[in-house]
Amino acid sequence: MIERLRGPLLALWSAAVLAYLFVPVAIVVLFSFNDNRGRFNFVWQGFTLEHWRHPFDVPDLGPSLVTSLEVAAVAVAGSLVLGTLIALALVRHRFVGRTATNVFVFMPLATPEVVLGASLLGLFITMGVTTGLATIAIAHVMFCISFVVVTVAARLEGMDPHLEEAAADLGADGPTAFRKVTLPLIAPGLAAAGLLSFVISIDDFVITQFNAGQELTFPLFIFGATRQGVPPQVNVLVTMLLLGALVAMFANLAVQRRRSVADR
Amino acid sequence: MARRRLVPYALLAPGLAWLLLFFAVPLATQVYVSLQTGSIEEGYEFAWNWSTYETAVTEYREQFLRSLGYAGTATVLALVIAFPLAYFVAFRAGRWRNLLLLLIALPLFTNFLMRTVAWQTILTDDGFVVDTLRALGLLGDDGRLLATRTAVVAGLTYNFLPFMALPLYASLERIDRGLIEAATDLYAGRVAAFRRVTLPLAMPGILAGCLLTFIPAAGDYVNATLLGSSRTVMVGNVIQSKFLDITDYPVAAALSFVLTLGVLAIVIAALRAVGTRSLSEAAAR
Repeated sequence: MIERLRGPLLALWSAAVLAYLFVPVAIVVLFSFNDNRGRFNFVWQGFTLEHWRHPFDVPDLGPSLVTSLEVAAVAVAGSLVLGTLIALALVRHRFVGRTATNVFVFMPLATPEVVLGASLLGLFITMGVTTGLATIAIAHVMFCISFVVVTVAARLEGMDPHLEEAAADLGADGPTAFRKVTLPLIAPGLAAAGLLSFVISIDDFVITQFNAGQELTFPLFIFGATRQGVPPQVNVLVTMLLLGALVAMFANLAVQRRRSVADR
Repeated sequence: MARRRLVPYALLAPGLAWLLLFFAVPLATQVYVSLQTGSIEEGYEFAWNWSTYETAVTEYREQFLRSLGYAGTATVLALVIAFPLAYFVAFRAGRWRNLLLLLIALPLFTNFLMRTVAWQTILTDDGFVVDTLRALGLLGDDGRLLATRTAVVAGLTYNFLPFMALPLYASLERIDRGLIEAATDLYAGRVAAFRRVTLPLAMPGILAGCLLTFIPAAGDYVNATLLGSSRTVMVGNVIQSKFLDITDYPVAAALSFVLTLGVLAIVIAALRAVGTRSLSEAAAR
């Protein structure tokens, strides 16, 4: 009896958990259409497209999002370069200190964000550095590197190293083989790593709060707004970011699929 | 040949320098800051002031224990909630697998603070959930969910659930189905096969998932701030307010360092149990 019920029960449980994961996301999206009166946006009061028509109609909101986008751009570019180089060394080379490097690169992922943020602020205070846009960007590059390394390393490990050797045999020097063979093959991994860094950077609140100084990023704006009620325009922008990330992810998957078909 | 041997170090240098400068050095600086005395007005100076650690572990013992308790509870709940789901996606989902994985990751693409604010909406007094629980008699007539321990643990469980589910899925998905079939042929039943084959093989994923849930949960202060009250203050809240509001840097740094040591001890124990590689691999998926 239990044996027979196991399959449906498992499916039912999974559906319930997915619903649990989905409901808060749905609420965020739904309340971007709420015709709320007063400051708070907690109770459904009717449908409106007004907030979608004027998503930046709140002081400081637009500039804070621009700041976050700027920081994310630096975080993506910086961590992609630094992280990919580390991944290449870890996967393609055998060297003294390789295991230690592996552990070290993994460590920021195993450190609570509040510690990363607080200790970095401690450094900046000790050094007499004024916190602001630059210190936010430094912090974001730092915590994105580890994510890039694990993502790109996974892709490199799935790639046939003989392809690079073949290129070398055919007369390509290191940089040329990298540019013509390795780079195109790991491109989907780079895209995924870049997207991941972007999503993590634009969403980061804790580390940013410690190192922002007077600067206001999008999550800092939201946190400040939670005390007086988050304006529905924030829901609009968060929904837009969600849609943007989904489109980017599907585009990456589609390109990958088309390529693997072309390879055959 | 000697030049070839230098290649990996040249590749590592810029990234490792960044991590050393902005991750490792700050951790060391934290110890330096924690041993200072003074005030924000007069300035701080280094004085081997160990009393900050005494303050950290005696005065804030309650907050430390609370953080461990909340994070531990959230981790166990997340494991129990996510394991059947990960199992279903790995073994039963068929062609729906990628869509289901996307749905699991979906919350991560929605702003963390806004997801937590959504929980305020869900758990609010006189909301649907509270009304239902009151009607069922599970909650007193003046009982509430918002600003309680339950709400904070629920928020932590929810917010870090994808970090539990995804590594679980990655390790389950890699299990050779033939092994499980062979086990069901040899052992008494499915329960024994699950316990003796599936579970041990899924262990790296279970550990990775538990670490990736426990570590951020133990240091979190967002859930306690937005869903809790003054009675649910976690150690993250204390570090945050001491650094950013009260500017008592030495004690804040001591608290943060004790938290680091605690988490590090747990991570090292886990690494010993399953090895670094399988952990970082599981985390990469």
